[in-house]
Amino acid sequence: MSKILPAGTPAPDFTLHVTPDQTLSLNELRGRPVILAFYPADWSPVCGDQMALYNEVLPEFHRFNAELLGISVDGVWCHAAFSRDRHLHFPLLADFEPKGAVAKLYQVFRGGDGFSERALFVIDKNGTITWSYVSPVGVNPGADGILEALENLPK
Amino acid sequence: MAKLKVPVGPADHTQGPADAPVTLVEYGDYECPHCGRAYLIVKALQKRFGNQLRFVFRNFPLREIHPAAEAAAETAEFAATHDKFWEMHDLIYENQQYLSYELLSDLAKQLKLDAKELARALETGEFAERVKKDFSGGVRGGVNGTPTFFINGQRHDADFELDTLGRAITEASR
Repeated sequence: MSKILPAGTPAPDFTLHVTPDQTLSLNELRGRPVILAFYPADWSPVCGDQMALYNEVLPEFHRFNAELLGISVDGVWCHAAFSRDRHLHFPLLADFEPKGAVAKLYQVFRGGDGFSERALFVIDKNGTITWSYVSPVGVNPGADGILEALENLPK
Repeated sequence: MAKLKVPVGPADHTQGPADAPVTLVEYGDYECPHCGRAYLIVKALQKRFGNQLRFVFRNFPLREIHPAAEAAAETAEFAATHDKFWEMHDLIYENQQYLSYELLSDLAKQLKLDAKELARALETGEFAERVKKDFSGGVRGGVNGTPTFFINGQRHDADFELDTLGRAITEASR
């Protein structure tokens, strides 16, 4: 796998389904910071998983006016069920068709496995990546790196 | 590797000597079944390491998936103001499968605490700020789920089985 897109790179635009009948494009969020959280799959078998954690930390993200987007290769119906079950208050994007295309664009797709790394990107209000991070396999990266990156954004 | 952001201080609930060679900090959620299992493991570790180990518990309720976790955390903090934090902490974990407002009220009575006062404290969110402070400090330190352990300030990323944690504690005490 090639290296994850580093800080300083313009964030590649994409359009993905966020619900069965709605899509979201990254450039619609221009003007505010965006957190992209790539994760392998819905329904990870631990409680207090990465998305559940971010759900609790949302108020802190919002203090920076930042929008959080979760992305995995799961389909929209799967995301809908997962989101409802975990009471998620942020959108999950379906990187489903062609599978993993956006993960590939950000260079965080795990070819052999068919899903993405646990990878985080903070994108500034002008659409430039200011921080990116890949977590070791099986380690939930937490939210501390994201918060630090948001703090380091120019005001 | 993530490091504990908020050092152990006087506001913390601790067991064991302050000068113990190893301090184990747990960020936990009273409704999380994994924390329920970790409760027993920590007890075993405390027995094994005795005065060599100081244990600290901090709140990390995942409220959206565990609707009673916040109330449980506030109840333990309420008990703490009557010097009964650990009694309440233990009772909640020991009765975890029955966790509810009724249970918390019953446990308060069992500890000879005023259940009405507890109800009022939960109603007004008297201890919400305290719980939130634990949570925010945890997030900043890289707490990534529950339970998350720190051994002498370093996040423990391996599993929390008795042998794994025991080895990590032995390692840290050297």
